[in-house]
Amino acid sequence: MKKQQIKQFMISLIISLVIYGALMFSMNNGIISSYWSRIMITACINIVLATSLNLASGYLGQLTLGHAGFMSVGAYIAALASIHLQTPFIISLIIGAIVAAVIGLIIGMPTLRLKGDYLCIITLAFNEIIRVIMLNLKITNGARGLIGMPMSTDFTSAFISVVVTIYVIYCIVKSRHGRAIISIKEDETASELAGIPTFYYKIMAFVISAFFAGIAGGLYAHYNGILVPVSFDYNKSVEILVMVVLGGLGNLKGSVVAAIVMTFLPELLRSFSDYRMLLYAVVLIATMIIKEKNLMPHIKEKFSKKEVVEEVAE
Amino acid sequence: MALLKAEGLGIQFGGLKAVDEFNFEIEKNQLYGLIGPNGAGKTTVFNLLTGVYKPTSGQITFDGKPIIKMKPNQITELGIARTFQNIRLFKNMSVIDNVKVGLHHSQNYSLLPAILNTPGYFQGEEAIEEKALSLLRVFDLEEFAYVKASNLPYGKQRKLEIARALATSPKLLLLDEPAAGMNPTETAELMETIKLVREKFSIAILLIEHDMKLVMGICEKIVVLNFGTTLAFGTPEEIRNNPEVVAAYLGNEE
Amino acid sequence: MEFVAQMINGLSTGGMYALVAIGYTMVYGIAKMINFAHGEIIMVGAYLAYIATSMMGMPSYVSIVISIFGCALLGVVTEKVAYKPLRNSGSLAVLITAIGVSYLLQNVFLVLFGSAAKTFPTYIPAGTIQFFGISITYVSLISLILTGICSAALLFFVNKTRIGKAMRAVSEDKGAAELMGINVNNTISLTFAIGSGLGAIAGVIYGMSYSLIDPYIGAMLGIKAFIAAVLGGIGSIQGAMVGGIVIGIAEAFTISYVSSTFSDAVVFGILIFILLVKPAGLFGKNVREKV
Repeated sequence: MKKQQIKQFMISLIISLVIYGALMFSMNNGIISSYWSRIMITACINIVLATSLNLASGYLGQLTLGHAGFMSVGAYIAALASIHLQTPFIISLIIGAIVAAVIGLIIGMPTLRLKGDYLCIITLAFNEIIRVIMLNLKITNGARGLIGMPMSTDFTSAFISVVVTIYVIYCIVKSRHGRAIISIKEDETASELAGIPTFYYKIMAFVISAFFAGIAGGLYAHYNGILVPVSFDYNKSVEILVMVVLGGLGNLKGSVVAAIVMTFLPELLRSFSDYRMLLYAVVLIATMIIKEKNLMPHIKEKFSKKEVVEEVAE
Repeated sequence: MALLKAEGLGIQFGGLKAVDEFNFEIEKNQLYGLIGPNGAGKTTVFNLLTGVYKPTSGQITFDGKPIIKMKPNQITELGIARTFQNIRLFKNMSVIDNVKVGLHHSQNYSLLPAILNTPGYFQGEEAIEEKALSLLRVFDLEEFAYVKASNLPYGKQRKLEIARALATSPKLLLLDEPAAGMNPTETAELMETIKLVREKFSIAILLIEHDMKLVMGICEKIVVLNFGTTLAFGTPEEIRNNPEVVAAYLGNEE
Repeated sequence: MEFVAQMINGLSTGGMYALVAIGYTMVYGIAKMINFAHGEIIMVGAYLAYIATSMMGMPSYVSIVISIFGCALLGVVTEKVAYKPLRNSGSLAVLITAIGVSYLLQNVFLVLFGSAAKTFPTYIPAGTIQFFGISITYVSLISLILTGICSAALLFFVNKTRIGKAMRAVSEDKGAAELMGINVNNTISLTFAIGSGLGAIAGVIYGMSYSLIDPYIGAMLGIKAFIAAVLGGIGSIQGAMVGGIVIGIAEAFTISYVSSTFSDAVVFGILIFILLVKPAGLFGKNVREKV
């Protein structure tokens, strides 16, 4: 198993390096315009957001609508650290992510104890509150926007963040901790009676998810150069959720693909932009109904049994 | 000293006493049956013993420790494992992963080694894999290790649930109607499996079952529950000849 | 006197929350789901009244009736199209779909009417009435009366009529109710219709009280009403009424004695507090999971 896993790891590493090299080469030689290379950074940020939300909602099965809220905490804290403490970029990112994780802990403690759908509403409420706070605080400069942080996010740092996020989440999911997290989604009571401290693992998954949302926020802050609270509203949370649902709950590869598609597609369909969010809503409803009604059994049967299992387990 | 001891155990739902003054003891390595008419409170007893419900009165001691204040997962860790009347597997996980969830506490590597892929992590995972496979072997499920649990046939799902429970390395195993929905051949096979499990893992087993042939066939002692209280306790022979039991239960059955 | 005036103020917004909370609670009781789109139904209710009066020139009472029936229909259609196919799926799937429906409604109205606020027609003249030296606006008074009538009628309907009995039966046990000859599908539809109809009334009250409506009004109103439902004990109609009024009063007092920026925070504080102290809510039953 060890050999197999190391082999897999090396292959993934090489693929990542090749992708990175090819993209960097294309950008440096003008094959990819600077306009599109900026969008590629956005795609990277979205991948971090989608894969981290997938940990909480896809693997753990706890629906949260506050991912943009955690992102905004990470963004503002990282930006403020860079501006006022002059911390190096990576330190700012980590500070932002840690604060986002701590807030995740504070929200998770009372709500994850309960069974049911409370988390969804509470995280949505949190998203709203955090937006109002950012709008009213002096230090965040309210609606006029926070500026002054260095534009440190480049394609390299965004790409590294993506690789690290996917790698960490993948490793967690593959471990005994990941199995515990997935078992909670499958059947919380059975999981508890199999000896899993379910509350602890719910908190763990939720906090890690918030941490990476914070990383994405920090990247966004140092890429965009200006932070306005409205970028982190309910719409952003839903957008991330759509990526996760479209890519498949509990499917990391799917989240990556969906995040890329959902970053580039709107750019290609600019004239359609008024209807973008309408489309997201339809996608959410349709995906759920089609999936649950098993309207795609034939597609599923094409995979061998083992692959179907892997799709769920990874 | 008894492995598990319940004294004056009771729980009320609203005004209804689902279980009342339930007294019970089981020794190490014993195989007991818990029977009673529908609604007698058998599953409720299991839920009390495993911490799913908190009793309104009484005490439970397991291995010398009082457990009524503990959480279900702590009780499992202490050594009581169970299966469910209506199978509750992790349906979308593979067969082997179901067992691996049960093996959660057999290893204690933390999050960081898992991320850094340290040798400790690999050793832990290999140990888990090995144990899981050997458990599946006991139940002839090895060839299905990578099949999605929900794709197993019914009888094998029941077995997998027992395997998952055993993975938590229990001292006491509670089986809730393991033969429900099985045909006579499957039931006979299950009887053999249960006997085998007790010998191989040397654990105590308490089973709820409606199939009298199974209960009478393998249990050393039987508790009869009626309206939440103990009606009788004794060997299969004693239970069969107990007029009260016959009136309350066996008489209605056949 | 300021105190009493604020109390009445709180009662009237609280009544509006209560009407919305009843929708959440009834649907939860019967379909065991949080109808995330319920807040948006209220927004639709307000817009329907606006369309009928301001764009089509209908008299106020006709507009309100149109709004009620329009929302009831919308509620039923939503259930049939989006939720019914998922009735046997996990709560995650239903919740995601409900979020989709909520988002869909919000964005349909954004596309149709734009994000700029519209002025709600004045159904009730501005002005105040004096009661023992306390001045109450006509709108507050009418809202209170409207809420009272609706609540009383609903309680009578659910507790005293045959159909009400059927609803309670379905919420206790769908399977058993079906075996007793109750048409479960119709009962669920009716529940959505009633909940949405009450939502429409709340939407009209919102329009009258705040006089500006936009496609986003449903979201926050929905969350607050949901909190009211949780506070009262989700599944309990009386609980939703009490919860709504408590939230309304708490909000009114925070706005007048502390600061309006904190009013939302206080409401969410109440939610967190109740979830920590008594998750089943004031009138809720502790539901045991079947193991």
